[in-house]
Amino acid sequence: MDRTIAINVNRLCKTYDSHKAVDDLSFSIYAGEIFGLLGPNGAGKSTTLRTLITLLHPTSGTATVMGHDTVREADTVRTLIGYVPQERAIDRFLTGREHLQLLGALYHLTTDEATKRINELLKLVDLEDHADRPAKTYSGGMKRKLDIACGLLPNPKILFLDEPTLGLDVQSRLRIWEYVRMLKARGMTVVMTTNYLDEADQLCDRLAIIDGGKIKTLGSPVELKIALGGDIVSLTLKELDRIPSLETELKGRPAIKSVRTTTKGLDIRVESPEKALPAILEATNRLGCSIEFIQYNRPRLDDVFIAHTGRAITESIPETESAS
Amino acid sequence: MEHYWQEISALTMRWVRRLSREKFSMLFTLVQPMLFWLIFFGNLFQRAADTQVMQAPNYISFLAAGVVIMTVLNNGLAGGVDLLFDKENGFLERLMSTPIHRTSVILSRFIFVMAITSMQVLVILGVSYLFGVHPATGILGVATILLIGMMFGVGLTAISMAMAFSVKSHGDFFSVLGFLSLPMIFLSSALVPLTAMPGWMSFLAQFNPMTWAIDAVRPLILSGWTEALPHVGMVILVMLVFDALCLYGGAKAFRRAMG
Repeated sequence: MDRTIAINVNRLCKTYDSHKAVDDLSFSIYAGEIFGLLGPNGAGKSTTLRTLITLLHPTSGTATVMGHDTVREADTVRTLIGYVPQERAIDRFLTGREHLQLLGALYHLTTDEATKRINELLKLVDLEDHADRPAKTYSGGMKRKLDIACGLLPNPKILFLDEPTLGLDVQSRLRIWEYVRMLKARGMTVVMTTNYLDEADQLCDRLAIIDGGKIKTLGSPVELKIALGGDIVSLTLKELDRIPSLETELKGRPAIKSVRTTTKGLDIRVESPEKALPAILEATNRLGCSIEFIQYNRPRLDDVFIAHTGRAITESIPETESAS
Repeated sequence: MEHYWQEISALTMRWVRRLSREKFSMLFTLVQPMLFWLIFFGNLFQRAADTQVMQAPNYISFLAAGVVIMTVLNNGLAGGVDLLFDKENGFLERLMSTPIHRTSVILSRFIFVMAITSMQVLVILGVSYLFGVHPATGILGVATILLIGMMFGVGLTAISMAMAFSVKSHGDFFSVLGFLSLPMIFLSSALVPLTAMPGWMSFLAQFNPMTWAIDAVRPLILSGWTEALPHVGMVILVMLVFDALCLYGGAKAFRRAMG
């Protein structure tokens, strides 16, 4: 199926001194989809995003937004996009309404146009009652909503969200997800970076896992999980010191594809649980391991991430909240 | 052109709004210290200072020109601070991702800093007036003082912005700022005339653009046009060169930071 391409990135490289932040990236984003750039901090996703919004010039390679080059036609690109930076990109002394008025002028709206749109947006993000208070009195979630309203003010074809739910409480996160889905329903293309796996899994139509400036894999969450092959049996053991011996015992057995230790037990990737489960139980009995808990899972995005980068996403970020 | 104006006025309005909500801190950090110099330092040294050496009827009238230019110095060097914070919290990125002319943000800052500085200079001159310092060249002289102040201020603000765009953290910014401003004041004719300085200090002070500015403002306040005009002509030349250098450096730093 041919789909309209909203963004095309072709052999993009960005080098800082001798450090390659982005290394030969090529991918396309379709119009109307929610596209995620998933990766740990420093993976290159922000650099990629900032190139697409014209704030960075690539060292080599090109990026186009709706067919316009982000360097040569930066001004055209800027009229087509909305940008929601990471939290705190807010002037604490201005009110919510003043933020939007300022941006209205920067997008060259007339006062009437701006007023109309600002009222609509304040309603949309549910900030009408707080619109005339300085932003320093806002909660984290309210600031985020204001951020999003700012990004939507130009009525963009493509909205860029940089870590939209970083540091937010669960309720605010769910609200933001709701907005993003609603925007997609209205036909907007949404490009977001995130280092939350569940967010990418829940929200994105397609996502690219980026690590070390390179795309490790790209596809819809379902495709990526299927590509991994095999379901997962997770064991939690009562005696943690038995984990290594059980691991050796299970490795290389028929119907078992791979075994990985976790903090409390083992994650065993199996071809078919029907064949593998008896083998696993037999092995634990033989070694006298008592099983505290056994769980059978389809692959999670965590597993996709680990398979492609060789480590868990949480290993490199200081967030307390993990995606499990 | 119409768009450009819309952008600049909206961005300038933002600085004005911020100021109107930060009244107290602004009042205390910017206006007050300069007034203290004038009121306390000026009166404190009233009898200690030798009017023969000062070539002025009293110390406070000598000091007025210095305090005017010190106000310009402080405001100018601090002029980039807000852009630094905008850079650090991502607000600048938000602004730059909109289809505005690349220079709008900077120009709005220049306009705002210059307007505030002018007002503060007028306050300083007003307070001096209350202490009996009446500018010898009248209203036109005051306008000339403002012009000199603006010309000096533009270069200083450009330096400050260049620093804001180049430094890694705001800690660095404030250390450099603190390091710069006092030597600039002491190695100038703000507090004593060059003739009264130790040789090495007066030698260094000659190269300080601040000295040139003060030496033009002082006769505008103390003596009159005949005495002042050659200095004014000279300082305008010096400031043109100074501004050109600073703006060139500022533009380079901005381009490097903004890609």
